[in-house]
Amino acid sequence: MPSPDDHWLDEEAGPVVRPYALTRGRTRPAGEALDLIAIITAVRGVRPDPSSVGPEHRAVLRMCRLPTSVADIAADLDLPLGVVRILLGDLAELSLISIHHPIPPARLPDADILKEVVDGLRRL
Amino acid sequence: MAYAGSDRAGGTGRMPVTIKILIAGGFGVGKTTLVGSLTEIRPLRTEEPLSEPGAGVDRLDGVERKRTTTVALDFGRITIRENLVIYLFGTPGQERFWFMWDELSRGALGAIVLADTRRLSDCFASVDYFEQRGIPFVVGVNCFDGARRYRGESVRAALDLDPRIPVVMCDARQRTSCRDALIALVEHALLVLRRRAERAADGDPALTS
Repeated sequence: MPSPDDHWLDEEAGPVVRPYALTRGRTRPAGEALDLIAIITAVRGVRPDPSSVGPEHRAVLRMCRLPTSVADIAADLDLPLGVVRILLGDLAELSLISIHHPIPPARLPDADILKEVVDGLRRL
Repeated sequence: MAYAGSDRAGGTGRMPVTIKILIAGGFGVGKTTLVGSLTEIRPLRTEEPLSEPGAGVDRLDGVERKRTTTVALDFGRITIRENLVIYLFGTPGQERFWFMWDELSRGALGAIVLADTRRLSDCFASVDYFEQRGIPFVVGVNCFDGARRYRGESVRAALDLDPRIPVVMCDARQRTSCRDALIALVEHALLVLRRRAERAADGDPALTS
């Protein structure tokens, strides 16, 4: 993969590369599809091997220095969700990120959380 | 740090709780307006494969053809507190994007189905979808200017809704009105989840999800 500066990711530039060129033509990630609201965190203190990650991978890692949802990553980097999932799949394979899967509503630890949501909404 | 990063499920403590809520309804019913009244909207692009009758038959031919379609979703976020965040997703209104719904609805706490009384039939498909999958939802009747004000009960009757499903009047342009619809949904979801937990405890084999 060529490694130009990632300045083309600038919002004004628009998509210069067809999205799936970033993923070397892959349209499906290797593992299970990540939920839109799974929380991704870059593993600290690990320096990615430059030969195995591209500028987009690095852009994702930069975003995930603080825990960030899959949907936020796609929206902020203006990349299609499918592309982001593939990039995240690569990063997970390289053990560069940790993934926190969302808790299904039926398995929320207790009803208090939803009551807290209601109270929080009332304060909006 | 905002969240405790971990790939292990279970346990509460500092684990982030992320809640997914869908805003559904027919095309042009006010879904984007509603999300925008509650939070900053950000477009979320997904590229979805188009179904091709000839796929796999003539691969060289297919190279020239458009294989994917871009669907843009409205996406917003409401932070209740550190580690407790609601994500709102406006579902694509056009029927040709229905394939997106399964992905969006997976793990969703529930949905607000927006209805326009001038075109009530536009929300039938959404109501059916959530009913069939047992996803908690409320119907929000978007009170447009000039639209006749219907009573909640007549909308309920027209939609043939289960009496336990709340029908709320709302104005998608007004923050407090949208917020109240969201509160109605979360409270309804809480009841549904509690009912299911009780039924599961009783060993009800008819339990769906």
